[in-house]
Amino acid sequence: MRYVIIGNSAAAVGAVESIRKYDTRNPILMISDEPYHTYSRPLISYYLAGSKEEAGMLYRPKNFYQVNGVETLFGTKALTVDTARKEVYLDNGEKVSFDRLLVATGGKPFIPPIEGAAGENIYSFIKLDDAKKLKEIAQPGKKAVVVGGGLIGLKVAEGLLKRGVKVSVVDLAPQVLSSILDSAGAQVVQKHLEKQGMEFHLGTTAKTIQSFGPRKIVGLASGMELTADFMVLAVGVVPNIEIVEGTDIKVNRGIITDDHMRTSVADIYAAGDVAENYDVLLQQQRVIPILPNAYEQGQVAGANMAGREAVYPGGFAKNAISFFGLSLVTAGLVKATEDSEEYVAQPGENQYLKIVIRDGRLVGFIRINAVDRAGILTGLMVQQLDVSRLISRLLTPELGLIDLPDDIRRSRLQGGAVQWR
Amino acid sequence: MSLSMITPEFLIERNLERCIKCQVCVRQCANEAHRYDAETDTLSCDDLACVGCHRCVTLCPTKALTIRKFPLEFRTNANWTPDAIKAIYKQAETGGILLTGMGNDKPYPIYWDHLLLNASQVTNPSIDPLREPMEVKTFLGRKPEALEIKDGKLKTKLPPQLELDVPVMFSAMSFGSISLNAVKSLAAAAREAGTFFNTGEGGLHQDLYEYGENAIVQVASGRFGVHYEYLNAGAAIEIKIGQGAKPGIGGHLPGEKVGKEVSETRMIPEGSDALSPAPHHDIYSIEDLRQLIYSLKEATRYEKPVAVKIAAVHNVAAIASGIARAGADIITIDGFRGGTGATPLCTRDNVGIPIELALAAVDSRLRSESIRHQVSLVIAGSVRNSADVMKAIALGADAVYIGSAALLALGCHMCQKCYTGKCNWGIATQDPNLVKRLNPEIGARRAANLLRAWKHEIKEMLGGMGINALESLRGNRLMLRGVGLTEKELEILGVKAAGE
Amino acid sequence: MKRIYAQEKYCIGCRLCEIYCAAVHSEYPDDLVKAFKKAAMVPTPRVKVEEERPLSFALQCRHCEEPHCLKACITGAMYRDEETGAILNDKERCVGCWTCILVCPYGAIFKDEITGKVVTKCDFCLHMGQPACVEHCPNGALQLKEEGGDE
Repeated sequence: MRYVIIGNSAAAVGAVESIRKYDTRNPILMISDEPYHTYSRPLISYYLAGSKEEAGMLYRPKNFYQVNGVETLFGTKALTVDTARKEVYLDNGEKVSFDRLLVATGGKPFIPPIEGAAGENIYSFIKLDDAKKLKEIAQPGKKAVVVGGGLIGLKVAEGLLKRGVKVSVVDLAPQVLSSILDSAGAQVVQKHLEKQGMEFHLGTTAKTIQSFGPRKIVGLASGMELTADFMVLAVGVVPNIEIVEGTDIKVNRGIITDDHMRTSVADIYAAGDVAENYDVLLQQQRVIPILPNAYEQGQVAGANMAGREAVYPGGFAKNAISFFGLSLVTAGLVKATEDSEEYVAQPGENQYLKIVIRDGRLVGFIRINAVDRAGILTGLMVQQLDVSRLISRLLTPELGLIDLPDDIRRSRLQGGAVQWR
Repeated sequence: MSLSMITPEFLIERNLERCIKCQVCVRQCANEAHRYDAETDTLSCDDLACVGCHRCVTLCPTKALTIRKFPLEFRTNANWTPDAIKAIYKQAETGGILLTGMGNDKPYPIYWDHLLLNASQVTNPSIDPLREPMEVKTFLGRKPEALEIKDGKLKTKLPPQLELDVPVMFSAMSFGSISLNAVKSLAAAAREAGTFFNTGEGGLHQDLYEYGENAIVQVASGRFGVHYEYLNAGAAIEIKIGQGAKPGIGGHLPGEKVGKEVSETRMIPEGSDALSPAPHHDIYSIEDLRQLIYSLKEATRYEKPVAVKIAAVHNVAAIASGIARAGADIITIDGFRGGTGATPLCTRDNVGIPIELALAAVDSRLRSESIRHQVSLVIAGSVRNSADVMKAIALGADAVYIGSAALLALGCHMCQKCYTGKCNWGIATQDPNLVKRLNPEIGARRAANLLRAWKHEIKEMLGGMGINALESLRGNRLMLRGVGLTEKELEILGVKAAGE
Repeated sequence: MKRIYAQEKYCIGCRLCEIYCAAVHSEYPDDLVKAFKKAAMVPTPRVKVEEERPLSFALQCRHCEEPHCLKACITGAMYRDEETGAILNDKERCVGCWTCILVCPYGAIFKDEITGKVVTKCDFCLHMGQPACVEHCPNGALQLKEEGGDE
């Protein structure tokens, strides 16, 4: 019996740790096209900003593979899977066979259809290698255009700004962080970033990129032109499903998985940013590309691969992020729709609090500069508890268990584990 | 508003070298004697608010606080003492009766401290209680005229008895005057130690029915909380006629203290004053008392001893004789140092007589009338330690009640402000913020520890006398000698002078 | 494993747990006065007293069997101590992304006020005999025991 895991990030590590909980005997092989020891992908922005060295980015200690009895094949790309023969074909011409396979290949950058987008000095920001290249070119005084004002775009913009680069951010949406913030919340973030010197061109998009030697002229849909020494395309991430293309593994946007993280083919599992699973709030299958979900999915996949029954109950989006000392957390649905209502409070300067309620249940929140103890809200979302009488209490910056009804508070104090999603 | 002449009783001293501004003192003082000013990041004290309960001193993690007597001096005057002067100022301001809590603190003679116990030397061997059996079990209740024994078995049917593993019980303190957690502490400690606690006239809270076998349920002039289940829940019933701290007057639990639970337990409306009349208005004579005693016996099928509690007053011996003849199984006598949750200062400090003299007088009187066996004698009114217990038993008591000592075990610091309801130790209060400060598990352990310690000491002293059963000390005044007492006092006490 | 359980009915809101927690995690773990007066900054307590009189209670990390913080930690700084089962945070690796704060349903992970850049949480006082909060609770409102409190 042999486990093969394609990938070396959160989902893959989660699977290893889970498999080894139940099976310490059978071999595990990890394959990754990156030549590195497992590192934290989100830390590449810290690396770019200079607040983390490469050595400090390890996601697990140096002896991780040794302790867990994992054979590694790093710097080697897995090209495709023969699901019938249970073999993985590698870019070095070799093949490896498996009994149980986990596809945890993560995401890859979405390259928007912009004229000239494939040119020189145009970067993505997903992997450590991306950050290394950017770090080299990001010299003080240079000018950069970042296309994309989402989580990745703003983190890379922040990193560049900290390195002394002048940064312009372009996004089609009329606001920043449109996937995790409403417009009022985005305003708070945008103003804060503008104060730090970041420049924004929102509600428009890069249409053309012209290269004049190393210099770029970016033509915006608005008609405006921006000059830059280099560009970062951070429009989005799509599931890295190349490896299963052409196989009988069912794919939608990502690899379709069930509540055991099984794909449509027996003994093949998928987890993390490559996999689609159930969003309990949107009540549909989708990719939720965040690290906590990836790890958890990997854990569930690993347990099932090792012959244990484990269920992934679905998840929802949740993000914690900081820019120049302004920190914010959001989760779930951040804008009310026809079947939900929202409540907002702005108790302090630069503070913005919002909760979204559907059928008396908390289905989303935003907390800008009021991060402390936000997990209490996340817990309420997970448990789908009726919070219709707690609305004003959940909208204060000083959140506490004291704000919860007696029975819930007492059960929290007793430390019963919350069933997680 | 005019000028107030009231000056502080205490001075709060804060050692700034040690103070870490953690503000535990601020959070713990219900009298708001400590304050924190965030603007200047300083702590300040209001000496006038300090009652000297030492809550802050005890909880201060760096021991940065101490409390002293306020040093303000009046011109020395043996007659007009500072207390006397201040009492006048207070009454001139308020026009009211001065209230106080706990027992009489005036320097009247303490007869326990003029009595000394005997020990064996040469002519009779002393006993080591760790090596030899030592019996301190005590039975309270009417004893038969004679015992009939047939075939080695007792044939006489004994009247109901209370069985005590240690001759010390917890005095009557009502739920209302003290917190439920305080009562729970005493109830649990009584069970642990094999003795009894007394409900006072507060009724028996639902949570306390499980301690019924260790409860003496009181029937007092207000009849608060008295009903069939209550009477039958306890191991014995006590009719309260009077209390040592306030002979001749009734009780008053202010409406603020009558919250939901007190109201349910006492069966009175929430927020209403609980006023106990000075007398029982159905008892104006010994004959009336007999009627109540037998009513209660009827209500409990003659299965439970009935006690009558009186304050030690001038003609206590004659009254006790009457009570015995009225059919009581136990007489409780409460001396003038007995504690209270609230009483007029004038009464507490000036009414009643010392328990030692009252006890000796009652015991002698009942013996002389050959009715001593018809009742057990329990005394209260400041028993401070195991030696006091020994002396009381030698003077003729069957057992003693402790109130103040029990509360001290729970954390009471004798600040005498029980009547304010702001007891910082969670004892004499109904404020939920303060009540929770007394964890009854801790309280019960401490109170039970006290009884365990005293029991060991009693055995040590008994052993020293060469006595192996407490019964042999009971009323054995030869084991006592008096020092510094007048002929008359020795005569009343029935003890010889030391050296005799 | 043993956990610290709060009995809110006996919590008196004195905050001695917070005070001792801060002190034992300072440069002067054995000396409150020095910890508060000499240390450059007093550590953030890892136990939190919440109060709305008369209710009060102290809460610290529950050291979950299935710790959400550990699963969500983006750096791998949050880990389980193999020997004791305690969930610990490696401050060297923590970058203060606050994801653990976002996922802890107990609200038991806090921003470290000294650096503002890492989180701080109950470490079970593994360097001591028993947790300081339990040892110094004057009213037995914090208890170290196997399972479940009284409420």
